[in-house]
Amino acid sequence: MIALLLRDLRLSVRAGGGFGLGLAFFLIVVVLVPFGVGPDRVILTPIAPGILWVAALLAALLSLDRIFALDFEDGSLPLLATAPIPLEGVALSKAVSHWITTGLPLTCVAPLLGFFLNMAPGAYVWLLASLALGAPALSMIGTFGAALTVGLRRGGLLLSLLVLPLYIPTLMFGAEAVRRGADGSGVTAPLMLVGVITLGCFALLPFATAAALRINLR
Amino acid sequence: MSMWEYANPKRFMEWTAPVVPWAFGLSGVLVVGGLFWGFFLTPDADKFGSTVKIIYLHVPAALMAINAWFMMLVASVVWVIRRHHVSALAARAAAPVGMVMTVIALVTGAIWGMPTWGTYWVWDPRLTSFMILFLFYLGYMALWEAIDDPDTAADLTAVLCIVGSIFAILSRYAVRFWNQGLHQGTSVPVVTGGRTIADIYFIPLVICMFGFGILFIALVLLRTRTEIRARRMRALTARAARA
Amino acid sequence: MLQVNDLRCARGGVPVLERVSFALNPGEALILRGPNGVGKTTLLRTMAGLQPPLSGTVDYPEGSDAYASHADGIKSALTVTENLTFWAQIHDRSVPETAYAAFDLHDLRDRLAGTLSAGQKRRLGLARLAVIGRSVLFLDEPTVSLDNFSVRMFADWMRDAHLGQGGCAVIATHIDLGLDVPALDLTPYIAAADADGGADAAFL
Repeated sequence: MIALLLRDLRLSVRAGGGFGLGLAFFLIVVVLVPFGVGPDRVILTPIAPGILWVAALLAALLSLDRIFALDFEDGSLPLLATAPIPLEGVALSKAVSHWITTGLPLTCVAPLLGFFLNMAPGAYVWLLASLALGAPALSMIGTFGAALTVGLRRGGLLLSLLVLPLYIPTLMFGAEAVRRGADGSGVTAPLMLVGVITLGCFALLPFATAAALRINLR
Repeated sequence: MSMWEYANPKRFMEWTAPVVPWAFGLSGVLVVGGLFWGFFLTPDADKFGSTVKIIYLHVPAALMAINAWFMMLVASVVWVIRRHHVSALAARAAAPVGMVMTVIALVTGAIWGMPTWGTYWVWDPRLTSFMILFLFYLGYMALWEAIDDPDTAADLTAVLCIVGSIFAILSRYAVRFWNQGLHQGTSVPVVTGGRTIADIYFIPLVICMFGFGILFIALVLLRTRTEIRARRMRALTARAARA
Repeated sequence: MLQVNDLRCARGGVPVLERVSFALNPGEALILRGPNGVGKTTLLRTMAGLQPPLSGTVDYPEGSDAYASHADGIKSALTVTENLTFWAQIHDRSVPETAYAAFDLHDLRDRLAGTLSAGQKRRLGLARLAVIGRSVLFLDEPTVSLDNFSVRMFADWMRDAHLGQGGCAVIATHIDLGLDVPALDLTPYIAAADADGGADAAFL
């Protein structure tokens, strides 16, 4: 499992690996927002947490279809399926590598982009905390969606359609935590709920992902 | 004979053939009767005027929108465990019906929202939940359509339905947490037994709810029969091509 | 070591082969022959456990199987060594020097797999089999795009290193590998058009 994780990380930083694409996308979306809604701080400050969360979510979505598609095309997936590591482990490793290459950089950069949106000073730490807790869930849910659509031509759009509704609870609680952090009310409840979603996803979704992979490899 | 034998496609076609017209007839009588009673034979409400009468469409549609998803969940689990083809096809057949019910609930809710709340759309917990439910139906149906092999499609959509159900419930609680909302409480709280609606409005509402329920059953049976026929045609064509 | 009993398998829900039975002892191999579309790939995938059989059984020691097809799971952004090391690690092993020697990969060790020719890539894919240490191999057209010299290289490895060490293999191929092993023509096992057990059976 560690070997698979390391290989995927190595592939992502090699040529054509797509590392940083999500990050660039995140940056562009966030920078575009003020052009759309106007430079007024009165507008930007309250919407900053939501914009950052939605942009992070879309950036994570962007790279989901690569999770299994490349391994499917070059035939690695059936070889992994007959290897001694369980497919559940493959699913978990794929989700973790997606998080490291996409979710983690997004989490680190998000507070920086908060400046561009005039985010309330109290919100930065909670933005970091909520993304740190919530981004792994986005990767795991996305891995599940990628497993459902792995064999399909033009599966990318379908993947977004399937995954977006599943992202809603994480997004709601995550952005809510930042908003509450911004106006100084209690952030514990939404943060804990984000954490619960992440834990629940990592406990259950590897099995669903492996089941979907087995069906698709048949 | 076990009840599962009724799930054999041939048996299913046999026993549903006479049931479908009766179900349609009964649901037609109930829905038309209930709506007529509700629209024309009940007095206008004090606060809301005649707009409240949209409840006779709105509530039954909303009820069936949720029940349809629940039925799909049960059918998906049955398919995964017992691999009865009719079960998978029934889940597939129910999805568009459930989605239409969701749309009816959303549209009537929006129409009702204008006179009562002064706006067509609010991000109220119930409305939002139905919007999310709509997205789930959309994804589920898209996945069915995207996959060529029927058994693979049945398996993958079943997995999606089961996982989606968990997230749908989660969304419902998230939505409540997120916005307390304008929507009134449920008109017919089954659990407590009490209700916030007078008898004179309630009886036609119950009739409409039964009517929509039976209409749903009739539509799903009809659509399942269509799916079975389509699948049979596919199977016969494939066999002819091999021979 | 490998025991196949009255196997019936399907492709896309349609039965393609039935009544397939054979047994291999350690050191034995079997060549699968038959025209395109007869079901060689389906049979290999079924035996490797990638898809369930309609009926019948496949028995081999748990965790001793490996499957290889024309797509060999080679990552073009990794070097030859990195590719082999990855598959070795997945199987909890290290890469034996003999794997490079057997498939003449010594000079290519540090080349990116993406810069290899089709035949060199194929050799790398086959070297994977020498690395993972599995004893029951299911190989689908292993010699596609190999020149005669490389085919002999593969045959030598198969005879000396794999079968000679007590492994066994089922190989679907059209060419003569130069191995002294029996061949099984699958044509007589094609499933009848009305064979039951397919995904559509309940609807006919």
